[in-house]
Amino acid sequence: MNRIDELFKQKKERILSIYFTAGFPKLGDTLTIMEAIEAAGADIIEIGVPYSDPIADGPTIQESNNQALKNGMTLKLLFEQLGELREKVSIPVILMGYLNPVVQYGMEAFCKKCREVGIDGLILPDLPMQQYLSEYKEIFDAYDLRNTFLISPQTAEERIRQIDQHTDGFIYMVSSASITGAKKEITPEQLAYFERVKAMKLNNPRLIGFGISDKPSFQTASAHSHGAIIGSAFINVLRESTDLKKDINEYIQGILS
Amino acid sequence: MIKVDENGFYGQFGGAYIPEMLYPNIEELRENYELIMESPAFREEFDSLLKDYVGRPTPLFLAKRLSEKYKAKIYLKREDLCHTGAHKINNTVGQIILAKKLNKKRIIAETGAGQHGVATATVCALMGMECTVYMGAVDMERQKPNVERMRILGATVVPANSGSKTLKDATNEAMRQWINNPVDTHYIIGSVVGPHPYPEMVARFQSVISAEMKAQLKEKEGRENPDLVIACVGGGSNAAGAFYHYYNEPSVRLIAVEAAGLGVSSGKSAATTLLGKPGILHGSKTLLMQTEDGQVVEPHSISAGLDYPGIGPVHAHLFESGRGEFVAVEDEHAMQAGIEVSRLEGIIPAIESAHAFSALNQIQYEPTDVIIINLSGRGDKDLDTYIKWGNY
Repeated sequence: MNRIDELFKQKKERILSIYFTAGFPKLGDTLTIMEAIEAAGADIIEIGVPYSDPIADGPTIQESNNQALKNGMTLKLLFEQLGELREKVSIPVILMGYLNPVVQYGMEAFCKKCREVGIDGLILPDLPMQQYLSEYKEIFDAYDLRNTFLISPQTAEERIRQIDQHTDGFIYMVSSASITGAKKEITPEQLAYFERVKAMKLNNPRLIGFGISDKPSFQTASAHSHGAIIGSAFINVLRESTDLKKDINEYIQGILS
Repeated sequence: MIKVDENGFYGQFGGAYIPEMLYPNIEELRENYELIMESPAFREEFDSLLKDYVGRPTPLFLAKRLSEKYKAKIYLKREDLCHTGAHKINNTVGQIILAKKLNKKRIIAETGAGQHGVATATVCALMGMECTVYMGAVDMERQKPNVERMRILGATVVPANSGSKTLKDATNEAMRQWINNPVDTHYIIGSVVGPHPYPEMVARFQSVISAEMKAQLKEKEGRENPDLVIACVGGGSNAAGAFYHYYNEPSVRLIAVEAAGLGVSSGKSAATTLLGKPGILHGSKTLLMQTEDGQVVEPHSISAGLDYPGIGPVHAHLFESGRGEFVAVEDEHAMQAGIEVSRLEGIIPAIESAHAFSALNQIQYEPTDVIIINLSGRGDKDLDTYIKWGNY
């Protein structure tokens, strides 16, 4: 059974997904970071595939992308590093990245490789639903990869229903009209949006991301959904870290405690 | 037939590869742009501003000395005489009226050399709308006069500090700011790039160029169609406008001129059709200069307006289908052509446009041919580059 399906079957609340950029802070940190995330108690790992032009990302993730590319990260190298993934990590792992590097690798070859190394799902923010359905869905399905679409406060109800119909795994709720990056606090407008979507009783579980950075924002998001995704704030921890294992553990424990 | 399909594709190129956060904005545009553009009220306002504010129609000028030298009948379409000095304003006038009809309150734009930024700041001043222009920090440094022109016109100029700090990064930043302000803001893209419907919409605003060419050539030569139309291509808005009404006239050769920079194989070039592969950037599938790993490569051209790693999807399709002929001109040859046109015709062209002139040395044609070169902009903004080059 796909590990994402398994997780959402067993756990219905306070699911924590942690995003990091492959190749950051150092080229060879990938598996070390993943093992530490799992050991600290997070539920899902999202590996960001670095790209030169990340248009949905704020300064923190832009910089981690640049640094990772400077360090020499490529999709090919990432798959090599993930060769031992399933000997070290047992929780669900998702690859998140912009479409162009994936298309250059070849969608079929990419999905095949994902399956081989033990990736469970994909998030490709600039892959439109229409293209996914007409060109790629069959390939995703053939390699048992879950596809996650995003929704935002501006997404119309009808569109959310369509996305729900074509998503498997979970729906990624972008918390506000915004690119990625840590925010101050969750506003009443955001809460109203979380509740509006909750009331729609969608088929898929919902995780809230963008602007979730600490224990209070994680708790608030979790109170209105199945859990949350933390990216930029975690990247900040990695950037400042002198001892990855220790610092990752402290940060994640601080959120879950 | 060169025509965009309902999903925004020209052949295999185009589409709308955007994050879901931008879907409502793009959908709003896609649903409304044709209805608005074709409404009589829009046409009236657009035509009247093009005439009385931009100064259209721009002349079609028979360049006698150039014709003599190159042994063909060469006409120049004088887009350099538009208000603000280039064709860019045709599009910004169209989009600002559209933005008003969509009840938008703020305008954002990207700019490279600053011509599109100035054209956007200009129409925002005219319409009393708030304007923010994103510009690469490196470009702000090397195009200071245009930064100040935008500020004089009341726009806020925000440096893009990511990546190479040039046009590509300014476009990324404008898209990010659109994600952050999805409701009250319209993004005026300056070229035939971006997610559908931008490439087609911008091409249609610029198509006034070839519409006028047809009427003017009919008057001067008794025929609407020249044998060749030549235009430079960065993203490709002036070329799209100059080719638009000739796409489906197979007797007219369409010559698209790219910037070869220091040479196509030098690693410092912007010749996308020669160096690019199909890829996805800024919301559309097109030919793109990129690494094997799919990372976008930094282009180079002496002309900031041609310094872009992609090309509009319609041009990628012209290239792939063979309907367009693509030529690459090096920095040095473009500069020589700029000086030559200055000396022969008394017109200092923008360095972008100078590339189009230089193509005359690279293509075959008959002495009886009628050629129209789209003189997309004037060279005032490029004086520094001409002076530094110095070879005149």
